Amino acid sequence: MSVDLGKSLGKEPASQPGKGLGPDLGKKDRIDRLAALTATGPDEAGVSLTRDAFRRLRRNPVAIFGAFLVLIFVFVAVFAPWLAPKDPKTLYLIAEVRPNNIPGSQAGFPLGVDNLGRDELSRLILGSQQSLLIGIVSTLMGLTAGMALGILAGGLGGRVDTVVMRFVDIMLSIPGLLMAITVALLLGFNPFSIMVAIAVTQIPIFARLLRGSMLAQRNSDYAVASRCLGVPASKIIFGHVLPNSVSPVIVQATLSLATAIIEAAALSFLGLGNADRSIPEWGSMLADAQDFLTVRPELAFYPCICIVIAALGFTLLGESLREALDPKFRR
Amino acid sequence: MLRFIARRLLQLIPILFGLSVLLFIWLRSLPGGPGRALLGERATPEAIEAINDQLGLNDSLLVQYGRFLGRVVQFNFGTSIQTGRPVTTEFLQRFPGTIELTAFAILFAVVIGIPLGYLAARRHGGALDSAAVVASLLGVTIPVFFLAYLLRFYFSVELNVFPGSGRQDVRIDATHPTGFFVLDGLLTREFDAALDAFAHLVLPGIALGTIPLAIIVRITRASVLDVVNEDYVRTAESKGLAASTIRRRHILRNAMLPVATTIGLQTGLLLSGAVLTETVFAFGGVGSFLADSIFARDYAVLQGFILILAVVYVLVNLLVDISYGLIDPRVRVR
Repeated sequence: MSVDLGKSLGKEPASQPGKGLGPDLGKKDRIDRLAALTATGPDEAGVSLTRDAFRRLRRNPVAIFGAFLVLIFVFVAVFAPWLAPKDPKTLYLIAEVRPNNIPGSQAGFPLGVDNLGRDELSRLILGSQQSLLIGIVSTLMGLTAGMALGILAGGLGGRVDTVVMRFVDIMLSIPGLLMAITVALLLGFNPFSIMVAIAVTQIPIFARLLRGSMLAQRNSDYAVASRCLGVPASKIIFGHVLPNSVSPVIVQATLSLATAIIEAAALSFLGLGNADRSIPEWGSMLADAQDFLTVRPELAFYPCICIVIAALGFTLLGESLREALDPKFRR
Repeated sequence: MLRFIARRLLQLIPILFGLSVLLFIWLRSLPGGPGRALLGERATPEAIEAINDQLGLNDSLLVQYGRFLGRVVQFNFGTSIQTGRPVTTEFLQRFPGTIELTAFAILFAVVIGIPLGYLAARRHGGALDSAAVVASLLGVTIPVFFLAYLLRFYFSVELNVFPGSGRQDVRIDATHPTGFFVLDGLLTREFDAALDAFAHLVLPGIALGTIPLAIIVRITRASVLDVVNEDYVRTAESKGLAASTIRRRHILRNAMLPVATTIGLQTGLLLSGAVLTETVFAFGGVGSFLADSIFARDYAVLQGFILILAVVYVLVNLLVDISYGLIDPRVRVR
């Protein structure tokens, strides 16, 4: 297992001597390098790349473990209303909560109650819905907008490419968390604004990734041949270049789900989430627990562990997906 | 070299321009507009109307943008509704704390990360290597606030070895000529105050330094692995140079180039993004005040702080680029 991990980490940006020595080993270049690394060679004969990747994914214990975590998370989120033993909003044991004592584990409340006497387990289970929803929607929004920009730049090239990429570079030059806070503040205090905020931080990454990988494909033999045969540009871009360029984007989307879940928790931890704090959400549960760290630290650890499990699942899956799609490791 | 710096400075212009346009749009579209942002939440509509007139919000957007730039250049971001003091003053008072915290975190990451990454690469495939790889993967996955909580709970609440909140014990009445508490203690020869301020840096510094640590381990390991297989290393070995000489002059010298960039980029990121860690530890730097301002809906502070921090981030990255040109002569030629 560790050897597999080593492989995937071994091809970090710096593993390309000469090219990796520039001053711009920053976000931009790392994304470009990732695009170049994972871009697939079209003329490799034999099994289809997708099938080959899937075959290797199934053999990789890291991928299995990641997929297992993701499945648990998705299952809990989808069936949360039936899995939760109690109503997450009812203040069951509010009468027993004291400033220096919050009731812990007991009959009917396996993980105890929170600072308002609500069932902690039910809140954790229902909190997964918010995380999954925000993760998926924000990644989809970031993916769509980023891919649109990427296709524009990588497909058309030339001046369009320059303008779009300048814009993307400006977005990349603002630290992600500050950008997310700015956007969330602008849109008000609700889950939707968090989704948009996270999506905005992901747009430049997807755009750059797709552009880099499309540029690499644009001048490949099959694209040049189609151009010579007089195939319309739009057909070359959407029919040939794009399908061959999306694999790094798929990898990034999987990794982005993990980032989005963590960032969503971070933003609602900072008080930017839903103004209605009675709706269970891991980030705001964490923020509420902060004042009771000396009384019942478990209240902070439970949501943290949930966040880590969900994020780790997507990260492991994404890392092994990257490895599986990497033509360097094809046999 | 001068041409290199000039080129980098020129590349800065579109970025700063784009940033200022974004923030201008933001200022204009916030609830109540700049008038409310300046006067605070409780201002009457008449007062806002008056100040809108006074600010010339009926002029063309271009004129307004020019005036906005003029104010930004003078660091005039209005006053905080929490403290009633100018945003710039609040920033300058808190920034030294964030700088101290960042310095500690980066030092922590470098002092542990580079040797660990180097050893992992030299024992490639061994137990230490696998452990370093898994640990660095976990390090980038674990949310920073989780780590902050763990550290604060075990080492502050339970064991009580390090303080878990603030920048200095409230009972210490130290003078602060520079705002850097550790430095202040040393300058004024109040060594117990310096020691106390340093102890307050330990836990948040470690929490903040973990992600950079994981990244530095990964980059160092990958980069040393590359360099070790280079021809010039084999040449140096075959001509019988001492192992320590090869390590110092051939391997480390070359392998450290990408690591140096990473350190620079991470420094910029930490300076601007310590919001979460500072909040958990109620550190009292720029980040925790930013978080407080979200709860207080203190838009003037939010705008000012975010703009200044974004510019700091861009400038630190510029410095990293320039210093890179100094370290590696090949960069300048390109």
